[in-house]
Amino acid sequence: MWSSCWTYSLNLSSVPGDGDSQSRWCLSQVKGAVDDDVAEADIISAVEFNHSGELLATGDRGGRIVIFQQEQESKNLPQCHAEYNVYSTFQSHEPEFDYLKSLEIEEKINKIRWLPQKNAAHFLLSTNDKTIKLWKISERDKRPEGYNLKEEDGRYRHPSSLTTLRVPVFQPMDLMVEASPRRVYANAHTYHINSISVNSDNETYLSADDLRINLWHLDFTDRSFNIVDIKPANMEELTEVITASEFHPLQCNTFVYGSSKGSVRLCDMRASALCDQHSKLFEEPEDPSTRSFFSEIISSISDVKFSHSGRYMMTRDYLTLKIWDLHMESRPVEIYQVHGYLRSKLCSLYENDCIFDKFECCWRGDDSEVMTGSYNNFFRMFDRDAQRDATLEATWENGSPGCPLKTWRVSAGSRRKRNEIGVDCLDFSRKILYTSWHPQDNIVALATVNNLYIFQEKLN
Amino acid sequence: MAGAEGDDSLYPIAVLIDELRNEDVQLRLNSIKKLSTIALALGVERTRTELLPFLTDTIYDEDEVLLALAEQLGSFTVLVGGPEFVHCLLPPLESLATVEETVVRDKAVESLRKISQEHSPVDLEVHFVPLVKRLASGDWFTSRTSACGLFSVCYPRVSSTVKAEIRQHFRTLCSDDTPMVRRAAASKLGEFAKVLELDYVKSDIIPLFTALASDEQDSVRLLAVEAGVSIATLLPQEDLEALVMPTLRQAAEDKSWRVRYMVADKFSELQKAVGPEITQNDLVPAFQNLLKDCEAEVRAAAANKVKVFCENLPEDSRETIIMTHILPCVKELVSDTNQHVKSALASVIMGLSTILGKDNTVEHLLPLFLAQLKDECPEVRLNIISNLDCVNEVIGIRQLSQSLLPAIVELAEDAKWRVRLAIIEYMPLLAGQLGVEFFDEKLNSLCMAWLIDHVYAIREAATCNLMKLVEKFGAEWAQNTIVPKVLGMANDSNYLHRMTTLFCINALSEACGQEITTKHMLPVVLKMSTDQVANVRFNVAKSLQKIGPVLDSSALQAEVKPVLEKLATDQDMDVKYFAQEALSGTCPLISLTFKHTFS
Repeated sequence: MWSSCWTYSLNLSSVPGDGDSQSRWCLSQVKGAVDDDVAEADIISAVEFNHSGELLATGDRGGRIVIFQQEQESKNLPQCHAEYNVYSTFQSHEPEFDYLKSLEIEEKINKIRWLPQKNAAHFLLSTNDKTIKLWKISERDKRPEGYNLKEEDGRYRHPSSLTTLRVPVFQPMDLMVEASPRRVYANAHTYHINSISVNSDNETYLSADDLRINLWHLDFTDRSFNIVDIKPANMEELTEVITASEFHPLQCNTFVYGSSKGSVRLCDMRASALCDQHSKLFEEPEDPSTRSFFSEIISSISDVKFSHSGRYMMTRDYLTLKIWDLHMESRPVEIYQVHGYLRSKLCSLYENDCIFDKFECCWRGDDSEVMTGSYNNFFRMFDRDAQRDATLEATWENGSPGCPLKTWRVSAGSRRKRNEIGVDCLDFSRKILYTSWHPQDNIVALATVNNLYIFQEKLN
Repeated sequence: MAGAEGDDSLYPIAVLIDELRNEDVQLRLNSIKKLSTIALALGVERTRTELLPFLTDTIYDEDEVLLALAEQLGSFTVLVGGPEFVHCLLPPLESLATVEETVVRDKAVESLRKISQEHSPVDLEVHFVPLVKRLASGDWFTSRTSACGLFSVCYPRVSSTVKAEIRQHFRTLCSDDTPMVRRAAASKLGEFAKVLELDYVKSDIIPLFTALASDEQDSVRLLAVEAGVSIATLLPQEDLEALVMPTLRQAAEDKSWRVRYMVADKFSELQKAVGPEITQNDLVPAFQNLLKDCEAEVRAAAANKVKVFCENLPEDSRETIIMTHILPCVKELVSDTNQHVKSALASVIMGLSTILGKDNTVEHLLPLFLAQLKDECPEVRLNIISNLDCVNEVIGIRQLSQSLLPAIVELAEDAKWRVRLAIIEYMPLLAGQLGVEFFDEKLNSLCMAWLIDHVYAIREAATCNLMKLVEKFGAEWAQNTIVPKVLGMANDSNYLHRMTTLFCINALSEACGQEITTKHMLPVVLKMSTDQVANVRFNVAKSLQKIGPVLDSSALQAEVKPVLEKLATDQDMDVKYFAQEALSGTCPLISLTFKHTFS
């Protein structure tokens, strides 16, 4: 899909906008084909910046991973900072069939996580439902030349012409980027893997499925340790599944996992080998007045992310984004409504399965802002200090190139002002599930169906 | 060496060199493994100027190729022209020491350590030390981790200024930003301390040790424990208390179970390092705590050390310490909730009887053994049974036999075949300790029952067991107790059991000797050659081949040969095949003995 990749790069010049409905964010690039019929395999299923922000990886339902690299020249020019170009493309996972269980295993990439850089090469973990793989992405700019028994073009030289031995010599060549599989961590998950997370000790990582969390050492593929197991003896008593899990960014012993019931458990691996007993439980008491058939579904945690500082933790459920102070379990310190107007539409969202969509969320590099996706290609930005929020649209059609994104308002009534859209007009097939924030700069990447959008904040 | 017109001798080397860059990894690997051949053909000079630069750039290759390369370079000194030129090997090893794959890096470091010894003191300072410094201040942690393993080999052989620099580099790495480097430094701290002057151990190493032992990363702290043990062996007794013990005490009570586990795991080394006095005052309470730890992994690790710890206690107070401090904890572990803990304890607890002597064993340990023999977990019972010899020496096995028997019977009939297999393996040992009388009375029937187990592995082990029993109790015993039963199975309606007869004969013939084999076993085997089942028939052929050497020549000629010849014309292909195999296998024997008798 990326060979026919259509890139829409813009010159970011300032265009006069209309007052406060303008945001600081500008479209920088769109990647991916723009036709209306989208092949299933091209649908993006994971987006992740690496630790320096220099590389951006996307995974798709076809099991492919595409890595984009920030243009070195563009780095120095502040106004077109965020130019990313294809660096490497490779097939990470193939469709498989589990003959024992008569089960098809999709190749869809569920998660991508970069490892902290250890040498000139880059490493990432990618996972589908069952198998995690460690990939090495490296550059090569030299190749050996000189054979004894044949020419460089492959023609054989007669052995009788051999009068002296020749040792090959490395010569410069065009830069080549290679992706090679380094490890395959298989056969440890009975259920579908929803999360992977690398520990701050840089030698272990966790992988979570619906009922269990396993701990791996990056160097060993033949063993993993089960650290959480919530499978009840009798599967009919199952009431809760694990939906997301992450390691603390600084404390090697701490990880959290969120559940389908809306609670998040924090575990301390120092306390015992098996972390079935959590050390903290973050849970908001349910308000009995708003209780409905959908309460449990919409409270299910779709993503959990620690802040870079390690002090806070953000959880995303269907309608809200919550920020918790790790020192306070009883209630979140901040609650942001992502699309509260959908509360009245839950019935139809249940019927079209949208209510089960799993939205990701991410922190800005300095933790002052958070971002998450919504429907109609909208995404939401929340400024924590200023208590400001914005609804922005990932689009390249409206508005002139490079102009600041306008902010949208969704109204329940029928009368519309400018930049307002009615709840009934929202397109629920266009959703932004996957988002990633550049670790240092104000660049965000998000995936609509098959397009990768890169936005950047305009510098004043 | 360069011949005038097409040198034939160059051809194989040329192939090897070309295959260094073949697309097939296996071929590249083969070539790398013959690197010394290539170097020899090129001569020392071209090896230095052409081959090594090429190898330095080869770091893009597969791990297995790089691993082989790193290993080869460790013994390449002669091929580059001897110690004088050994520094030429540094560039390729330096680049190998920075790759991401740990095994390759470790091998490169190992080779570097090896060739460091071949450097002259001058070369060491001119070439080797700068390399170590480059690695230590490299951008990537891979190179810095590799540096950690190289300090200790150059330190003893350099001037005091360079020594100071090396110490400084090591200090820097101990507080590196990345946990990997701190782990590498922590794991080499003990080794580095060993080559340092005692004053520097105290002034440099101790602060580093203290810092690493309170690192925020669990994985660093746990490595510091091992370093602590090594450091403790270096310090004079009077300094231990002030310099090492506070940190070690803290490690034994660390919040992370992995660190406590490490302490438990290294406990005997620690005990030896700190000496009797600190052991008595500090380690005994610490060990008690570890045995009572809330994490089962820690308790299991500590339980594993019970015997060694008790053995190494100072002799004068040993018994008192065990009886008043250790035994109460051990008693609790016998009924631990975790089976790994119980089975770890069961594998060493019998060893206490030799330390405590007869009376204490009978009074205090015996009840524990008996309780463990009744444990619900088969592994615990097995571990007790497998260590019976220790008790046997002290109090004799009779004391136990009443409880032993039900435990053995239960294991012998366990639903898991691996458990049955394990107990079979202890049978010869048990038989030896319990004596033939007890065995005949209680265990013989078990051994025979295994022969008709429904799992092949058990039947196979049971046959092997019979052989060992015969070796122990003698041929006469075999003839009276085992052989009739085994031969009786030849008439069983199940062909698998009939085959077991053959397998037993295979195993027993040698131990039973010629007379029993010829008189009792051979007729049965021969009779089975007309069995309806082809599998039995070809096993007859195999058995005849097997027992051939035990038989005398007349029996071979008169009885075995005709039967094999008949089987060789069998309608079944496999029977034919094995009969012919047996004929060609035994016939030389037959003809040979024939010659002997008639010449």
